[in-house]
This record gives sequence, structure tokens and C-alpha cells, in this order.
Amino acid sequence: MTNPNNVSLNIHHELSFIDGHALNIPTLKILSETGDVYPGATVPNISQDTALRLYRTMRFIRMLDERMQAAQRQGRISFYMQCLGEEAAVTASAAALDDDDMIMAQYREQAALHYRGFRLDQFMNQMFSNELDLGKGRQMPIHYGSNELNYMTISSPLGTQIPQASGHAYGQKLKHIDEKTGELASEIDNVTICYFGEGAASEGDFHAGLNMAAVLKAPVIFFARNNGYAISTPADEQFAGDGIASRGVGYGIKTIRVDGADALAVFAATQAARDICVKTGEPVLIESIAYRLGAHSTSDDPSGYRSKEEEADHQLNCPIARFKKWLVAQNWLDEAQDDAEKETIREQILEAVKVAEKVEKPALESLISDVYDTPIPELSEQYEHLKAHILAHPDAYPTTAGRIK
Amino acid sequence: MAQMNMLQAINSALDISMSEHPNACIFGEDVGHFGGVFRATSGLQERYGRHRVFNTPLTEQGILGFANGLAAFGAPTIAEIQFADYIFPAFDQIVNETAKFRYRSGNEFNVGKLTIRTPYGGGIAGGLYHSQSPEAYFAHTPGIKIVVPRNPHQAKGLLRACIEDDNPVLFFEPKRLYRASIGEVPEGDYRIEIGTAEIVKEGKDVTLLAWGAQMEIIEQAAGLAEKEGISCEIIDLRSILPWDRDTLVSSVNKTGRLVISHEAPITNGFGAEIAATIQQHCFLHLESPILRVCGMDTPYPLALEKEYVPDALKVFAAIKQSVTF
Repeated sequence: MTNPNNVSLNIHHELSFIDGHALNIPTLKILSETGDVYPGATVPNISQDTALRLYRTMRFIRMLDERMQAAQRQGRISFYMQCLGEEAAVTASAAALDDDDMIMAQYREQAALHYRGFRLDQFMNQMFSNELDLGKGRQMPIHYGSNELNYMTISSPLGTQIPQASGHAYGQKLKHIDEKTGELASEIDNVTICYFGEGAASEGDFHAGLNMAAVLKAPVIFFARNNGYAISTPADEQFAGDGIASRGVGYGIKTIRVDGADALAVFAATQAARDICVKTGEPVLIESIAYRLGAHSTSDDPSGYRSKEEEADHQLNCPIARFKKWLVAQNWLDEAQDDAEKETIREQILEAVKVAEKVEKPALESLISDVYDTPIPELSEQYEHLKAHILAHPDAYPTTAGRIK
Repeated sequence: MAQMNMLQAINSALDISMSEHPNACIFGEDVGHFGGVFRATSGLQERYGRHRVFNTPLTEQGILGFANGLAAFGAPTIAEIQFADYIFPAFDQIVNETAKFRYRSGNEFNVGKLTIRTPYGGGIAGGLYHSQSPEAYFAHTPGIKIVVPRNPHQAKGLLRACIEDDNPVLFFEPKRLYRASIGEVPEGDYRIEIGTAEIVKEGKDVTLLAWGAQMEIIEQAAGLAEKEGISCEIIDLRSILPWDRDTLVSSVNKTGRLVISHEAPITNGFGAEIAATIQQHCFLHLESPILRVCGMDTPYPLALEKEYVPDALKVFAAIKQSVTF
């Protein structure tokens, strides 16, 4: 490795600057828009089971997103964020990991969580903030988390998970380091993947997190979902230079750019990235180029900042349809059966909404639990005060008054 | 028992913690081979390896972000911010992430294994960016604990308790006392319970309350007052969040008077919280208004530091004002 502070190396006597746009990182593409493998491209090693699990996850998430978007419009939930257009980027990357690898997501990665086994009722319990929600009804819809499935609970502030992923991955590596030499003594069992949008890559945490991982050598896969928009701000108003990938190179991190609508390219890149992390203990950056077909969230209206024509162009490039064509060509997917499954899922989602919205909200105790491992005295006192107040005015607090123990 | 200064006591606490937990890590700017700018981590890298005691790039938000992740993984994590003045780039990671990790996830995940050490306070001719006492900013945030030791014995016992506590803790070290304060410290392990105040000296006319380096000041002020026949009860709060209200309430109920002193600016300082609470609980026992002797609402100065600081004479003046009200 060269040390740029060693001025005796690589001396040059002609005044010249390296252009800020000098890097022009290529994009890995394996499947064409028509679902054919490009000549010269290598199909990654993916089993039929994995490929179908991947496909079914993408299909499920699209159906869930459509239904929950509608549920938000009907006023049944307060907020929603779709994965529309990025299903392959999120699902195929998750599929290339070990189920025990930690996922530290931003907020639009519900497909990765479902791939891990998060059930329909669990999604609903979170979105309806009921007492069965693992997060105890404390966060807005889509802030999922599951310890059992190694999916770190989502946090709203943008980019905060990026340096955390570096630290978490470092922890995964620790036991594989030889005490005497300080070097990696064996392959690492599990790594961390960190998802973030290209918008989050402008936050200080991004720069801090990448630099920490690069210098301290943490086995983390940084997965930048470059979907073209940070809420309403298009990519060309967000950064100069060659996307997010060039920043990875700048931090001394092995980097690859992939077509995020191409499930096979994302799978291949993530599989290879994981292999690097496991063997070297060092980070990798993947920049996935996709297009956020939907709104940023249900609080956003893309018609204010992009044209119908632009959206229509991208609608032709559906990551799910592209992968499906390939599966059919492999004789791994029966289309008639697929259609029947879709109908079943649609009914299950409708039913799950009805069930979840009838479940009671979390008990009053959850106001003060988990602030600390045990409530501090002030908080217990405030809680007793609140309880007495509610019991004195039960009609004003109808959903909790009758449930106070 | 051995004679130790505060840095040696802190080093001893860290040493015990590192030897007890094979995956515990200490990191921050310059804490590795160099041992930190104040040398609190001297010798630890040599003992526990570069992978467990290491320098980080110069990024406070990176240090705390990394620390949150490592603690969430489950490794005892001790992060150093070189000066408390530079904790603000990490503010978001502490108040939005560290403090809320457990709550927001329903305890699916938590960072209870995190301890953040940072030197705070004035008295070293550090000017406005090497003298701040930012505890009140953090005391407004549920989910973290805040501890401030006043001498080597406390520093070791409290730091051990912080590292073993199952909640994230901010440990503010009074850097003016790092070498100045020397005392008897057990060489083995011991812990001082977080959330308890210490009655340093009993008295009957007025209660004096402070923490950290300011304890020395109120003790000096008490000395001046005693010469005039005023008996002072001296209390060291030790822990800002949670804080020991009961000990203070019973003291003020006894003396009827309270003078609070801290280095941080007076407005919205933690003294304001204490004054409000004591007023509520001791109203009928108070003989005079609760007084605060604190930093002014100006950035910490350099050349006029002596005038600025809440020194013993200012505290003494407040004691007299309190008892003659």
C-alpha cells in the first residue's frame, strides 16, 4: 500500500490536477431488461431455492407496498414507504448473505427483512403500533427491527447506522484476531451489511463511518442504494463526481457499482463482497443504481419534481419482471402457479390488516420501560402520578384507563 | 491501598475492566500507544493489543457511531472523547442513538455496554474550547446516565460501576484534577453505586451541593464559613442522571438552606433542575431562597478566567447571603 505522506514516492514535476470527474466507474450488469444473460456475463452461483425465495420476496413486498400505500391513503396507518423499483437491489443483496449476518438498514429495506423471515403479521403489528409490535408501538410505521432475525431496529435520523455498522462489524471480527499478532487468524463467521440511500451519503456519519471502517478494518458491506432522489432532490443536485462509488475508492475501500434492477448482478456483487469481508476483515462498498419508482414516502408527491414521462420510462424496467423472465427461462418458475400464489397473498394481506388493527395498543407500562434497563426513580414517580391522573379521569383516556393494573 | 492520582485511578479501572472482559475495547483519538493526551490509557495497548485498544481517525461522530455499533454487538465499549468540548459532533449519535437504542427497539437491541469517557471543565487555561462542562445538555435526554467523580477513589469506583452498568453512561472527568488530586485508592476492584450522592461533611446551617472539580471549591468556601461560625453540610452529587434527590431533600429539610455550585453557565444548568425540585419538596422547610453560584452565561474565557469562575469566595458570599436572608 502506498503512503501518500511519503513525498519521495511517485514524484511528478509538471503541475497538473486530477480531475474531480476522473473516475468513471463501470456498472456490472448480468441480466438484460428482457431477462437474458448478456454475452460474456457470468451467472452467479445461485440455487433454485434461493432464486425462488428471492423472487417470492420481491413479489410479496411489491404487493404489501401497494396495499399499505392504499391503507395509508385510507387513513388506516399514518405513514408508509415503498420499496418500489428497488426490490432487486434490496432482496438480492440480502439473499447473498448468511442469515446470521447483521442487517443495518435505513428504512426502505423491508424486502431484506421479509427475506429473513419476518412474517406478514409482524409487519402489520409494527405498522399498526399495537401491543404485539416488537418495538412496542414506539416508532412510526416501517421502523422495523428484530433481534431474532439480525435486523437492527430502524432509526429515523439519516445515516446514523453507517458508523454503527462499522463498529458492529468490528465486534464480529474481534474473536477472529490473533491475540499476539493482531492479525486475522481465521475467516470471519458473520459480517454486517449497511444499507443507505445516496441522500444519506451526504451526512457526516457516512464519511465518518466509511473512514472508520477503512482505517480500523471492519468487515462491513456498505450498500448504497442510489435511487436518483433524496426525497425530491435529484442526484445531480446532491453530489459532484462519480456517484457514491468514487467516495468508496477515496476512502481506500474496495468498491463496485451494479445495476440495482438486476437481481443477478446484485447477488453476484454481494456474494463477492461478503467473501472479501470474511477473508480479509475489510469493508466493501457496493453502489446499486436503481430508480425509486414510488414517492419518497406517503408524505411526498413526486409530481412536483419529476415528469410522468420520466417515471414511465423507468416503469418499463421492472426488476421483478426482469428476474421472473430469467426464472421462467430456467424452468424454475411455473407462471400459472405464480399467479395463483399472488391471489392468495393478496387475500392474506387484506386479512392481516383487519386483524392487526383490532389488536390493542401497548399497555401504559411501555411508556416507561426500556428507557433504562430498570426505570429510574423519577420516571417511576412520574408514572405513578400519571396512573393516578388517568384513574381520576378515565373518560379522557378511554383506551388505557380500563387496562391499568 | 496505594497513592494514586486520578489518571492512575482511571487507568486502574480500565485495566481491571479490560482483563475481565476479553472482548472489551477502548478507543478514541490518540488513546493507543501514546496513551491519550492525558495518558489515561497508558500501557493498555501494550497489555491488551492493538485490536482492543486503538487510535481512531479524528472524528467524534465516527467514534460514537462506531461505539454504538460495537456496544449493540455486545462488546463492552469504552469510547474516549478527547475533550468534552468536542463531544458535540457526536451529539446526534449520543442523544438520538445511544440514549434511545433500547427504547425505540423495545429492547430488541441496546447499547448498555457503552461507557463514554471525556475530560471536562476549566482551570487549565484552556479557554472557551477546552473548558466546557456540557453535562446539562445530556441530562435533558432520557436513556443515558451521567456520572462525575471528584477524586481518584471515586474515579475508579464510579468508572468501574459505569462500565458494568447495563445502560450507556457518560463519564465526565474533571481534567483540572487529573494530576492535582491524589489519594488512597484500593489496587483491587471495587465499585461505587451510580445514582447516590455522598455526604462529605455533616452540618446544620446550610447545605452546599456540587460535583466533580467544583467540590474542592465548595469545601474551601465551607472552610471560610466555618470561621464565621456557619456550619455547612457538604454534599457531592456524583451522579447527575439519575440524581439522588432523597439525600438532598433530607439535608435541606434539616438545614433549611441550599447553595448549589457548578462550573457550567447558570442558565438551564443542572442547578436549575435541582433548585426547582428542591423547592417543590422542601418548600415548607426552606428558610431562604435556593442560591446558585455557577459559570456566567458567556463562553468560558481565557484571560479573565479567575474572574469568571464560581470560586470559593463567590460561594462563601452566597452562603452568607443564604444564612442572613
